Amino acid sequence: MNNIVILPIIIPMILGLIMVIFRRRIMLHRVLSILSMTGTGGAAAYLIYQVKHEGIQTLQLGGWEAPFGVSMVVDMLSALLLITTSIVALFCVIYAFKSIGREREEHYFYPLFLFLITGVNGSFITGDVFNLFVCFEVMLISSYALITLGGKSIQLRESIKYVLVNIIASFLFLIAIAYLYAVTGTLNMAHLSERVAEVGQGGLMTAVAIIFLFVFSLKAGLFLFFWLPGSYSAPPTAVAAVFAALLTKVGIYAIYRFFTLVFYHEPQVTHLIIGIMAAVTMVLGAMGAIAYKDIKKILTYNVVVGVGFILAGLASFTDAGMTGSIYYLMHDMVIKALIFIIGGVIIAIAGTSNLDDMSGLIQTHPYLGWMFFITALSISGIPPLSGFIGKVYITEGTFTSGYYWLGAIGLITSLMVLFSVMKIFMNSFWGETILSEEMEKGTTRGVMFPIVALVMLTIGLGLGAELLHDYVEIAVEGLMNPSLYIEAVLGGNAQ
Amino acid sequence: MKKPNDIILRGVTKVAVVIIFTFAINLFFAGHHNPGGGFIGGLAFAAALTLMFLSYDVDSVRANFPVDFKVLTAVGVLIAVLTGMGGVFFDLPFLTQAFDYFHLPIFGKTELATAVLFDIGVALAVIGTAMVIIMTISEDR
Repeated sequence: MNNIVILPIIIPMILGLIMVIFRRRIMLHRVLSILSMTGTGGAAAYLIYQVKHEGIQTLQLGGWEAPFGVSMVVDMLSALLLITTSIVALFCVIYAFKSIGREREEHYFYPLFLFLITGVNGSFITGDVFNLFVCFEVMLISSYALITLGGKSIQLRESIKYVLVNIIASFLFLIAIAYLYAVTGTLNMAHLSERVAEVGQGGLMTAVAIIFLFVFSLKAGLFLFFWLPGSYSAPPTAVAAVFAALLTKVGIYAIYRFFTLVFYHEPQVTHLIIGIMAAVTMVLGAMGAIAYKDIKKILTYNVVVGVGFILAGLASFTDAGMTGSIYYLMHDMVIKALIFIIGGVIIAIAGTSNLDDMSGLIQTHPYLGWMFFITALSISGIPPLSGFIGKVYITEGTFTSGYYWLGAIGLITSLMVLFSVMKIFMNSFWGETILSEEMEKGTTRGVMFPIVALVMLTIGLGLGAELLHDYVEIAVEGLMNPSLYIEAVLGGNAQ
Repeated sequence: MKKPNDIILRGVTKVAVVIIFTFAINLFFAGHHNPGGGFIGGLAFAAALTLMFLSYDVDSVRANFPVDFKVLTAVGVLIAVLTGMGGVFFDLPFLTQAFDYFHLPIFGKTELATAVLFDIGVALAVIGTAMVIIMTISEDR
């Protein structure tokens, strides 16, 4: 039992509720947002320490022992994702201070943001499938509100699609849970893992597994990403950044949890399907990123490519592939938030998101230009930045497991990603300066801090990969040995 | 606009609302051991409020019931979560509940449980949410 496990869920929740009560106190909202992110970050850091030294941490809510009650479980993967989430969300919210506007702030922007984080953290922590569904819903309902907040016509149009797709996905999620419960008689993940291992993952279980894969793919944007480019380009930048950084990652996390803990017996079926979906996702995403001349569209298609690449590591189902995925997952959260923020600043300055209508920004904004350059290198995995190490390991993993085509597609799409972001760099920063400082629609004042901090973070993640390796190794060990997770949750009750 | 002739509706409402409120509170307390509880009690309470909003106009009900339902919802959830925190201070898991029997004047031997506090939170949250939804729809013309 460890009550710190619950903190990343209830800190943002309680502070968000306090904000709702004091609606007009915007300064209070800002202070509480920062407090909440640093608080969850601190809790996550302490959990990492505890997991490293004492093994997986669990909490049986209300003292009801697993598998009867709801278990909260933090293993190294969850803890690493929690701390990355806190850091990324902190900088996104700092960026929002200057960019989101008074109107949205007064209409509960910060509480909604914190409830979103509550749902995201809850999904990372929970050890119960139905509770995972609930946390998904907490996250999604906040995201519905955030995507429509402000009520511009493009937001309303895209949010209808977004809400519809997610409601259908949630509905399928419930059906899948019902199937799972009907077959196994439990929803506790550790207990599920045990039961599935006992009866064997036959055709029926594999079919259920594929329904779950379908549900989580819709959320993660794995192959079923048709809704993503539209929805993620509609809301204001701070919201789009946090969506791109966190929401798809929750789907990815769920796929990881399910296909390493519960449905890991038939990798030649399920993991091959994941591999094929990842490959198609990468190819289509990269094609989209290259095809468009609109910054928002290019960036959202880059999100799609990232999703495919992370899941290529899972498809390989090797230690190296998993290690790479975890590195890349953390890198991707940081880098997607960063590039969305920078993209948003560029759009704010130029007053348009069309690349043809901007050029020569480096004259007036040299720092922004070079920050973008570093980000662009990092996103395509140039050493020594943070994308590199993950890419190496994932490629190694896919080659070891014999999926050469998957590794090759990963590498080729990396080049396409590099091309797509360099296209933004060359079009917007190089060339003749057509905008004088007076004609600019926005400024970089006040928004450079989160950008610089995230750039430092991507450099740090790249150079400090060695330091991180111990922790990633523990996370991979946990993923590859479900017995560790089962032992931690069920303890003496394990059969 | 013609003034609607709703004297019967208003007359019935005055009596019915008292009955529904009482029933809601009864449901709430019954919920500890029998069917009922914060959720259903809160819904019944919200039904009575809705009836008042329907038979009288929004402004006069609001004048007599000056509560911001959004804040009510937040306070409700906050009470529920903080009750859950109670266990944490005694080094027990989050959401642990406690109960004991006390001899109180008038009531005699009474069971007091922290779960009731949690349920109060749930009830307030349900009333608040239901009313926010109904009020939002009614404002939308």
